[in-house]
Amino acid sequence: MKFIDEYRQPELAKKLVDRIHLRSKKPVRLMEFCGGHTVSIFKYGIRQLLPDTIEMLSGPGCPVCVTANADLDKAIALAQLPDVIIISFGDMIRVPGSYSSLQKAKAEGCDVRVVYSVLDAIQIARENPDKSVIFIGIGFETTAPTIAAGVLQAEQEKIDNFYILPLHKLCPPIMKSILDLGEVRLNGIVCPGHVSTIIGSYPYRFLAEDYDIACVVSGFEPLDILLCIEMLVEQIENEDYKVEIAYRRGVKPEGNPQAISLMENVFEVGNADWRGIGVVTESGLKLKDKYEKYDAEKNFEINPGPVREAKGCLCGSILRGVSIPLDCTLFRRTCTPEHPVGPCMVSSEGTCATYYHYGDDDGG
Amino acid sequence: MEDRILLAHGSGGKLSHELIQKSFVSALGNPVLDRLDDSAVLEPGSGGRLAFTTDSYVVSPIFFPGGDIGRLAVCGTVNDLSMSGATPLYLSLSFIIEEGLLFNELEKVVDSIRKTADEAGIQIVTGDTKVVNQGDADKLFINTSGVGIIPEGIDISGANARPGDRIIVSGALGDHGIAIMSQREGLSFSTTLKSDCAPLNHLVADMLDESRLINCLRDPTRGGLATTLNEIAKQSGVGIKLEEKNIPVRDEVRGACELLGLDPLYIANEGKLIAIVEENTSEGIVNRMKKNIYGKEAVIIGRVCSEHPGRVVIKTPFGSSRILDMLSGELLPRIC
Repeated sequence: MKFIDEYRQPELAKKLVDRIHLRSKKPVRLMEFCGGHTVSIFKYGIRQLLPDTIEMLSGPGCPVCVTANADLDKAIALAQLPDVIIISFGDMIRVPGSYSSLQKAKAEGCDVRVVYSVLDAIQIARENPDKSVIFIGIGFETTAPTIAAGVLQAEQEKIDNFYILPLHKLCPPIMKSILDLGEVRLNGIVCPGHVSTIIGSYPYRFLAEDYDIACVVSGFEPLDILLCIEMLVEQIENEDYKVEIAYRRGVKPEGNPQAISLMENVFEVGNADWRGIGVVTESGLKLKDKYEKYDAEKNFEINPGPVREAKGCLCGSILRGVSIPLDCTLFRRTCTPEHPVGPCMVSSEGTCATYYHYGDDDGG
Repeated sequence: MEDRILLAHGSGGKLSHELIQKSFVSALGNPVLDRLDDSAVLEPGSGGRLAFTTDSYVVSPIFFPGGDIGRLAVCGTVNDLSMSGATPLYLSLSFIIEEGLLFNELEKVVDSIRKTADEAGIQIVTGDTKVVNQGDADKLFINTSGVGIIPEGIDISGANARPGDRIIVSGALGDHGIAIMSQREGLSFSTTLKSDCAPLNHLVADMLDESRLINCLRDPTRGGLATTLNEIAKQSGVGIKLEEKNIPVRDEVRGACELLGLDPLYIANEGKLIAIVEENTSEGIVNRMKKNIYGKEAVIIGRVCSEHPGRVVIKTPFGSSRILDMLSGELLPRIC
């Protein structure tokens, strides 16, 4: 198939694997930031193909997983208000909050709908003028410009029953935060692919310059990831740390200026609450004051109750790269995709769900 | 544990299995039901064996590329009977109609039922009609039950897979699920793809004519190939090894799955079957299948083994391997 098969050719993969084996001498620890990368690595069995010198760690790049219980509880409380339609991206509805989940709220009669695009939420708002339509705005820099476009569309059409619960998060600040915690030593980062199509590769330069960490932006196909790992190994062996792109067909160093300006028009940088990490300053996006009439938090009164965390759940430290799912006593026992305790078991890009679906500790 | 039924309980994956075991089999179980094959196999006493099955159809929209709820309602039950090796004979047909349904839509559905019944060579012999208030159903729900006769010398069950057996699929996977998804509100994308919805009884008859050494037959509907093979692996207490590069999936299906973040191996089919057959007969059966319109793309995709009982392992084109798990939860879109 065009644009897919080219990046899945077994012969080319073998060449890259051979080159990695030849070049890799130092023991290194690489983190794939993105949940999408984790899934590809497991799906194609990439860990099994790498030499023993390379250890791969999964990072916090799953927007569903990093959403804090406090924010999830807000979304559920909003769903329970009368005459409200809650619109969400798929996986989010299954994540258990402190007391319930959006999926359970739906079974109890709340109007919770799943969409692929914020524009579908706008359409639902148009069709239901007597209801308040609230979109749960989760995601990283990839999704934020589309949500911004949705807000502008609502403004242009004077749709006054459309709201956002703004929970957007930013990648570079959380990378810094994880490194500053000092819990995990990294030699290289497989930088996010989709996020970088928006923000470009420049925002990662501090990682190479201040932390001596090799950085390569990767796509999601097996050849993209193997090429990225080869480039990371090359940088580390040469002790020459910089930001490179192994995903040229999708990412430019300067990113997508139009998407960035859309995002900057509607959002401003603010604090964000991260599961397992807590509130990190300037790591999220809030609606600007001029758009506050679209801000669900400012326009609805809710009382979600005190936040509770699931006992024994290691999602927080898994997101920081400190633990792996096999360290968690709940994994596969009380926590399964059918009865998830934490979000990393829910999201299709969650580390626990990936370990669960695709195999054991070695990915096989 | 949930205190209410979730939509995911109807997905055909692990939650559906839990529901069936905990709420139905534990309360209603008996040696026939407990087998949990696509049809119940009954021995009424006067010799011969009867296959009996039932299924309800709630597909939305009721007309979709390549079929409609009527064709689906006949094919689904005919196929469930066929998967026990039976020759399907008679079907019942029950309608639950939402007030306000257009007569011409109902007539189109009934016409499609008649054509599909003729194609399959079965008769509709009894039926029922209920009309409910607007909002109490979604246009039209259909239930069909069916009976068929299992010829002598045939023993087909999900529990009969043996190490060494070969695994055959009758054609490309995922067409039905993607064709339906392409029509759904909020998801509509244009594709030339059509549902594969088809009655498979004549194909099964051809296969059994070629060889009786067929151990399992299943139609991979909800939950797709992955879920069906996991069910067989567990029921038979064997492992299953697949070669990813041999599994047929159309480019349109792969493309849509890439876009939606889905795996074709979990997508529903309505006109495909999986056969687990003894090794020395496998080539002959595949060649015979290829002569039938619904088996033209038949291919061997893997084998049954004694290692890792209850699990399905798939070998990637890169030489690595991974577990292919059962579907859990609903098929939901990815978000980034």
